[in-house]
Amino acid sequence: MSRANVVSRLLGVAALLPALAACGAGDSGGGVEAGNASSGAVMVETTDPVDGATGRAGAAQPVYGFGTPATESQIAAWDIDIGPDGAGLPPGQGTVAEGLEVWERHRCILCHGPTGREGPNDIITGRIPGDEFPFANDRSLRSTVGNYWPYATTLFDYTRRAMPFDLPGTMTDEEVYAVVGAMLYFNDLLPADAVVDSAMVVDTRMPARDRFVPDNRTGGPTIR
Amino acid sequence: MVSANVRDGARDGAEAGHETDGNGGDVNDRDESSGLTRRALIAGAAAAAGGAITAGATRGLGLQEAQDPTKVPGARPVVVGSRSPHETPEKLLSGSMGGSSRTPLQDLHGIMTPADLHFERHHHGIPQIDPATYRLLIHGMVDRPMLFTLDDLKRFPQVSKLLFIECSGNGGGAYAPSPNPRNTPQSIDGLLSTSEWSGVAISTLFEEVGAHADATWFLAEGSDAAVMGRSIPMEKAWDDAMIAYAQNGEAIRPEQGYPARVFLPGWEGNASVKWVRRIELSDRPGMFRDETSKYTDPLPDGTARQFSFVMDAKSIITNPTYPRRLSEPGFVEISGYAWTGRGLIERVEVSTDGGDSWHDAVLQEPVLPKCTTRFRYGWEWDGGPAHLLSRATDETGYTQPVRQQVLDARGPGTRYHSNAIRGWRVGRDGSIEFAPV
Ligand code: HEC
Repeated sequence: MSRANVVSRLLGVAALLPALAACGAGDSGGGVEAGNASSGAVMVETTDPVDGATGRAGAAQPVYGFGTPATESQIAAWDIDIGPDGAGLPPGQGTVAEGLEVWERHRCILCHGPTGREGPNDIITGRIPGDEFPFANDRSLRSTVGNYWPYATTLFDYTRRAMPFDLPGTMTDEEVYAVVGAMLYFNDLLPADAVVDSAMVVDTRMPARDRFVPDNRTGGPTIR
Repeated sequence: MVSANVRDGARDGAEAGHETDGNGGDVNDRDESSGLTRRALIAGAAAAAGGAITAGATRGLGLQEAQDPTKVPGARPVVVGSRSPHETPEKLLSGSMGGSSRTPLQDLHGIMTPADLHFERHHHGIPQIDPATYRLLIHGMVDRPMLFTLDDLKRFPQVSKLLFIECSGNGGGAYAPSPNPRNTPQSIDGLLSTSEWSGVAISTLFEEVGAHADATWFLAEGSDAAVMGRSIPMEKAWDDAMIAYAQNGEAIRPEQGYPARVFLPGWEGNASVKWVRRIELSDRPGMFRDETSKYTDPLPDGTARQFSFVMDAKSIITNPTYPRRLSEPGFVEISGYAWTGRGLIERVEVSTDGGDSWHDAVLQEPVLPKCTTRFRYGWEWDGGPAHLLSRATDETGYTQPVRQQVLDARGPGTRYHSNAIRGWRVGRDGSIEFAPV
C-alpha cells in the first residue's frame, strides 16, 4: 500500500469533478488521459446518459491492499453476462424443434402457455401490426419479447440465468439456445427449421431494437 | 406476422406498481373507521376484555387497567427488544412469484423506517447467504481484478448517510384511469423507505482495483436466483454509489441484500442490486432484462426512455389519510414525506381546497439530500368538505406535477416513476378518500 495514496484519499483528493479527473489519473501515475472513451460499442451512442467515460481512473497501485487477486477461473465461474454485442455467448447450438421440446420438458409451458401467449406469467409472444410501439398511448398493451425486447442476446442471458423460474440456471447451453430459438419462432422472428447459435442470436434483429432513448429528464421546471 | 393478441391487463403484471390498481383485498383487511389492521383490532379487543375481567386498580384517572404498573415490578431487561404488543405495524404484501412488501408509511413518524418495516421488491426471492463465504468480485476494465470478503469491505474507510430508496414502480396505482379511493399511503407509495446506510464508497473500491479511465459502465449482479443484473454509469461510481453492509446501525437485513448490496442514492431502487456478488467494469451497458423489458418508460413518440435512474421530486400526505376518519372539527396536523433523487427538498406546499390555494409547510430538520423530508402543516378543519394535497419542489426548481402533466408528457400507458400530486378528499362526515389530481 502506498502511504501517499492513503493520505491523498483522506484529504479528498479523489474529487468528483470531471475537471479534476486528471488529478485521479496523475494519482495513478499512469498518465491516463481524461476524456471520452473511444468505445466501439454502437449502442453507447444512443443509450449512454453519461456520454462516454468520466476519464477518471483508479490508482496505479493498491491503496489499502485489502482483498485477494481474483484468478481467471474464479472470474470465469461468475462472469455469466451476455453483452448486446454477443460477448459471453457460449459455444453450442440448438434447433427450434429442440426448443419446442425444451419448452415442455422444462415446463416453460406451465407458466407461459403452449405458445408463450397464454400466461399465467409473463407474456412471451406477440407482435404489434407494423411493429409499432404504442405502449405509452395504450395502457392495455402488454410487452412481449416480440414487441418490446431490443436484443435477442438479452433473451439468452435472462433465460439462462433466471429460468425456469423455480429451477433457475439448470439448463445446458444447448437447451438455452434451443428454447431461445423457440421463443423467437413463437414471435415469427425465426423459421421453424432454424438452427440457433451465437451468430444467430446476435444477428436476429428485434423489432424494438431502435426504440430505446436515453433519459432526458434533467431536473428544473420542465416535466418530461 | 403474429396478431396483436397482447391486450388485456398490464404488461408488467409482476411489477409491484401495477398491483395497486386493484388492491381491494389489501384495503378490505383494514377497518375503515379506525385504520387498525384486523390483527390489531383482535389484539386490542382481547386486551380490553382482559381488563374488564380482572378489573385492576385505577390510577386516579378513572381508567380501568388490567394491572396497576406502579404496584408491581416491571419486566427484566431483554437481549433483543421488541415492540409493544399494542403496536402492530405491518407491511402490505403483493405479488406471488417475485413480489413486494410495502412500508406502512401512515404508521411512521419522523423520517426513518424501522428495518423490519422496510419495503421489499425482489424478482426471485430472498437468498440465504453465509457471510463467511460471501465474496464480491470486481473485474473487467481494471488493472487488478479482486475478490473482497465481507471483512475486507468493512476494513475500508466507511461512508454512512441517511438516504431514501424507492422502487421506480412505486405509486403506479396513482396513474390508473380511476384510482381506487380506498388506497392508503402504504398501498400507493409504500415502496419507499429511509435508513441510515453504511458501507464503503464504490469509488474507494474502484481506486483499489485500478479502474480504467475509459470504462463507462459498471455491471452489477446479485447472488439471488435471478442473478439480477443492472448496468450503472461510471459517473455514479465516482459520485456517491456505495456497497452498503449496514442499515440503521445493524447488518443489512436479508430482505435488503444481506450481507452487502449496491446502493445508489436517489436512483430507482432496482438498480441498487442486492446481495451483490460481481461488478464488471465495461465500455457499454449489459442490456439486462431489467433495463430493457422492464424499468423502461415508453413515450408517446414511440420510443422508450432507458436508464431513467433518478427519482424526481415527490411528496405524499401520510396523515390524515384513508382509512382514518376525522372525529370532530378543529386542529388537524397534516403531515407527510417529501423526497427527491436530485438532492434537497426546497419547499413543500399544502392545499386543503384541492389546489385553489397553497400554503408553505414546515420542513422538519434535518433536511438532507436524497433523503425523505418530513413536512407538517397545521390545519383547522371547519367540518366541511376539503381536498388535501401536497406538492414538493426540489433544489433544481422542479415542482411535483399534476397527473395530467405527466400523462401529457408520457402518455396514459406510463407506469414507472409515478410522481404526480397525491391527494385526499375529506367528506363532511370526516371520512377520507384517496383522490390524486
Ligand atoms: C414456475 C413458473 C415458471 C416457469 C416454469 C418458467 N417461467 Fe419464465 N417467468 C416466470 C415468471 C414469474 C417470470 C417473471 C419474473 C420477474 O418478473 O422477475 C418469468 C419471466 C420470463 C421471461 C421474461 C419475460 C419478460 O417479458 O421480461 C422469459 C423470457 C421467460 N420467463 C422464459 C421462460 C422459459 C424459456 C422457461 C422454460 C425454460 C420458463 N420461463 C419457465 C415463471 C416461470
